[in-house]
Amino acid sequence: MKREAHRVRHDLLLCGGCLALALLMLVLLRVCRDEGGYAVVRIDGETHCRLPLTENTEYVIETADGQRNTLVIEDGRAYVSEATCPDGICAAHRPITRDGESIVCLPHRVVIELEGGTEGAT
Amino acid sequence: MTQRSKTVTTVGICAAVALILSYVESMLPPISAAAPGIRLGLANIVGVFLLYTMGLRYALGVSALRVAVSALLFGSPIMLIYSMTGALFSMVMMLLFRRLGCFSPVGVSVVGGVSHNLAQVAVAALLLDTAELWYYMAILTVTGTVAGVAVGLCAAFLIRRIPINKRTV
Repeated sequence: MKREAHRVRHDLLLCGGCLALALLMLVLLRVCRDEGGYAVVRIDGETHCRLPLTENTEYVIETADGQRNTLVIEDGRAYVSEATCPDGICAAHRPITRDGESIVCLPHRVVIELEGGTEGAT
Repeated sequence: MTQRSKTVTTVGICAAVALILSYVESMLPPISAAAPGIRLGLANIVGVFLLYTMGLRYALGVSALRVAVSALLFGSPIMLIYSMTGALFSMVMMLLFRRLGCFSPVGVSVVGGVSHNLAQVAVAALLLDTAELWYYMAILTVTGTVAGVAVGLCAAFLIRRIPINKRTV
C-alpha cells in the first residue's frame, strides 16, 4: 500500500516534469523569437532587403517600374500601410508577426516574408 | 487449450481490440485543426496493458502490427512513417520506465504518450523544415501528458481486473 502511494507520487512528479518541459520549450521559443526575426522583402523573387523586426521603421519599397508599397514595422509586427497597387490586398492584410507568415502584393510582385533570426544570420 | 494456442488467441484478441480503438479514434473529430498531432492514443491502452501482462515482446509486436494494419486500412504511407516511429519509440521508453519500478501504469503511460509525440515531431523535423516545430513540441508534450494519464488509468484498471500474465496464458 505504501509502495502504491509512492508510485502515485512519482507519477505526479513525472507529469509535473513533462509539463515543466513543455513550459521550458515555450519560454525558449519566446526568447528566441524576440531576439531574431527579419522581414524579408522580395521583388520578383529576388531578395530586395531584410529589415529586423526589433526596429520600428517605415520603409518604402519601390519596384523597377516605380510602384510603391509602404512597409511599416512596429513592435515586432509588419504590415503594409499604403500601396499604389490597384487591388490593395497587401494593405488590407492584417499585420504579420510569426515566422513564415507573409504579405503578398501580386500586382507589384512583392513578397514580404518573416524569417527567424537564425536564418537571418546566414 | 495448449499454452501456445492460448497465447496466440490472447495476443490476437489484443491486436484486434487495438485496431478497433485506432479506428474509433480516427473517426473522432480532430481536437484542433491547427495541431493535427493531438490525439488520445486510445490504442495505447492495449499497449500498456500488454507491456504489464505479457511483456515487451508481445506489446511491441501488437503495437507494430496495429500501426501497420491501420495505416494500410485508414491511413497513408507517410502516416505510417510517423506512427511507426512514434509507436516503437514510445514502447521502448515505456519499457525503460517500467523497469525503473517506481512508476505505476499511469506514469508509464504518460511517458509513452509524451515520447510518442516527441518522436513524431522529430520525424516531422526531418521530413519538413518548419520554424513552428518547437511550438508544436510544447503543445504536444502537454497533450501527450493529459492523454497519457487518461490512457494509463484505463490500462491500470484493466491490468487489475484481467488476471493474465506470461505464465498463465
